[in-house]
Amino acid sequence: MTTQLSRRGFLKTAAAAGAVLYVGVQADGAMAASKSANALLNPFVKIDSDGNVIAIVKHFEMGQGPATGLTTLVAEELGVSMDQISYEFAPSDASVYNNLLFGPFQGTGGSTAMANSWMQYRTAGANAREMLIKAAARDWGIDAAELDIQNGQIIGAGNAAPLGEFVTAAADFAPSETPRLRDPSEWKIIGKASTRRKDSPIKINGEAKFAMDVQLDNQMVVMIKRTPQRGGTVASFDDSAAREVKGFIMAQTLPTNHGVAVYAETTWAAMQARNALNVDWDLSAAENRSSQDIRDEIMAALDADPVFNVNQADLASVRSTVDGAAKVVEKTFYFPLLAHAPMEPLNCTIEQTEEGDIVLHDGAQMPTGPHMAYQQIFGLPADKIHINTMLAGGSFGRRATPDADYQVEAGLAFVMTDRSRPVKLVWDREDDIRGGYYRPAFGHKVRVGLDEAGTIVGWEHQVAGQSIMKGTSFEGFAVRDGIDHSSVEGIADSPYTIPGQALGLTDTEKATSVLWWRSVGHTHTAYVMEVMMDLAARAAGKDPVEFRLAYLTGEGDAERKAGALKLAAEKAGWGNAAPGRVQGIAVHKSFGSYVAEVVELSGNLDDGIVIEKVTAAVDCGIAVNPDVIKAQIEGGIAYGIGHAMRDQITLDGGAVEQSNFPDYEPLRISDIKEIETHIVASAEAPTGIGEPGTPPSAPALANAIAQLDVVVAELPMAENGVSFA
Amino acid sequence: MAISININGEQRDVDAEPGTPLLWVIRDELKLAGTKFGCGVASCGACTVHLNGEPVRSCQTYIEDVEDAEITTIEKMAEDRVGAAVQQAWLELDVVQCGYCQSGQIMSAVGLLRENAKPTAEDVDEYMYGNACRCATYQRIRAGVLRAAEILEA
Repeated sequence: MTTQLSRRGFLKTAAAAGAVLYVGVQADGAMAASKSANALLNPFVKIDSDGNVIAIVKHFEMGQGPATGLTTLVAEELGVSMDQISYEFAPSDASVYNNLLFGPFQGTGGSTAMANSWMQYRTAGANAREMLIKAAARDWGIDAAELDIQNGQIIGAGNAAPLGEFVTAAADFAPSETPRLRDPSEWKIIGKASTRRKDSPIKINGEAKFAMDVQLDNQMVVMIKRTPQRGGTVASFDDSAAREVKGFIMAQTLPTNHGVAVYAETTWAAMQARNALNVDWDLSAAENRSSQDIRDEIMAALDADPVFNVNQADLASVRSTVDGAAKVVEKTFYFPLLAHAPMEPLNCTIEQTEEGDIVLHDGAQMPTGPHMAYQQIFGLPADKIHINTMLAGGSFGRRATPDADYQVEAGLAFVMTDRSRPVKLVWDREDDIRGGYYRPAFGHKVRVGLDEAGTIVGWEHQVAGQSIMKGTSFEGFAVRDGIDHSSVEGIADSPYTIPGQALGLTDTEKATSVLWWRSVGHTHTAYVMEVMMDLAARAAGKDPVEFRLAYLTGEGDAERKAGALKLAAEKAGWGNAAPGRVQGIAVHKSFGSYVAEVVELSGNLDDGIVIEKVTAAVDCGIAVNPDVIKAQIEGGIAYGIGHAMRDQITLDGGAVEQSNFPDYEPLRISDIKEIETHIVASAEAPTGIGEPGTPPSAPALANAIAQLDVVVAELPMAENGVSFA
Repeated sequence: MAISININGEQRDVDAEPGTPLLWVIRDELKLAGTKFGCGVASCGACTVHLNGEPVRSCQTYIEDVEDAEITTIEKMAEDRVGAAVQQAWLELDVVQCGYCQSGQIMSAVGLLRENAKPTAEDVDEYMYGNACRCATYQRIRAGVLRAAEILEA
């Protein structure tokens, strides 16, 4: 992936509405300085003549913090306090609000929000500052170099004025391609632990509007009765019982034939009517495999030679080295399907304006996806489609599907009507748990050879599972030489220097749709790498921390990973667990960040375990909002541990067996007693934080549990006799 | 059928069939969107409201059973002494992430503090067990309840 930072050009404009200053980047990267409002303008900073500053946030907020983080960057550079700035979510326009790490695509994912916005938003804030200062300097007849903006006041050389006074005049000045960015020594907000989230106040009193809260005049609520097995189609349906439900409007088969859309006046009516609908399914071509079939296929692939030799190693040579090693540690792992289950079930609302434009109200993680899909569904040009990005009640990846699944469902349900009434598509929890797009099932088989001194001499690693990217619109972007990197990330690019490593990959059939799930391939690769590292260390008779450090001897990547490992070990009191407790450790790099975690637990296999404490150390570059970082690590750890302990999606004859939280149990408040997070001081550019807390959590837990005499190689833990006390 | 209910101190007439969950009356009829739908089976707590001051899951509370009750939702919590303290603690600690479950968390937390002014961490874990947070803001929820107790004591 490449950034487009070098092509950046800046421009400004005065909005048609009057004294509003926009500062941003033009789509084609060219310099432009038109004073007229320009559709191609890319405003990140909006200031009105009253001095109200608004950061235009191009990443959606699912709790991971960009509404605070990107706003922080603008506030810092411009020179306003966090109380003097608010935020709005950007409209859908990939030509200006694209994710710089995704190319011409607007979207949030891969823990990139801060990483790709860091320079872009600072530069936009700095340009706004410089233009305002130049306007003030001209008015006051002094050199702009003598002025700064502090707390919203333009000050210097004995002068002071609120920045709002110069908003109109600032538009006379051209933005710079390289405005002066504030030196880190000047930072007042970046790195400050006391900064509070911008979205907290509206999330504690019911004011926050999620997509689920959209209530348009005259809207219909649509729920869809979907095929119980992937690939099934509607043969016929009988809605006579549904018609008895008060508020039922109509039922129609979707054009895809994969379900029946039930339209009603209210959500409750839609739920009841859908339950009353009788559908006769044609399952002749439907998926009918069970979880055991998926597992059998993966295990068989692990026993055969891999289809792809990922690191171009000499497999025969590595095998023979391992075979001839003094000690061999061997383990076969299996990871089940997992659902994301964000708190807010999937939903979106679609309407047509009087001008014939289409408006989608959505917690839109990748607006470009539905934007493109709607051009096809409605036969409209891009500028006739608008996406109102709303707060999202979690996602963990689920709101970003390459085929824009739920937005397309809403579009199809709407296009089948006369479009006089808005359509709100609502999924319930059962739809969510059974709706596919799971973390794929994967298996790993690893054989590690150690010499007499306990040093690794060979590492044969086979991976088999369901490729996330293949067969999707992201294939061209993410698959190289047949290898879906997301299947092997965290192994192929690990900062460990492991001698004699062979990495093979075989894709297996997808019996259900699969998708990235918080930390994508790292969900399984970190587990395997870190459990194997522990097993190898113990076979070598070495301390797991010291053993790992021996393979992290280089500079840069390895050094930073080692730094996180050492800090977590130090802060956790590694090796000094309280009586009756055991510790496990893991460290992993993902999304550019390095996270180490120590799990300390008490209890035993008979009575259950208690996770007393998790101590984490994270190096994610410059910590823009330290408290948001800590929150993401806390949540990331718990997300990993919760699923590892007891969750899996299983199929029986192609049908999903779980249906709601009682059988897909979320982590509960009592499951982890304490999480303590330490941030490694860094001057490097910020990297990911939404996902990197998750990968090391399950292996750190497994490595602690291993000391209770069960090495869990097949998740969830519950299937291995491990449960919470 | 027409039913009159008392919600947030107001008497409101609603049109709902018997068997309609209070959740959907609150959200779809009364347009009070702060109370959330998460699971529909009383397994996540996102829909928690107060019925005569006690937390209940509104997705499993039926409209015909609340005619004589006082219903309170998150929208009214700022006016409640305990509710305001919990909200203050939530802001101090930045408990929220996505925020979708937090109305329910706060309604439960208020219920706990009314019952037990000085809860321990274990009390919080036990009482709040049924309120799921998929972002796992749990340790801040726990700390938030304990902090709210301090605020109330001051």
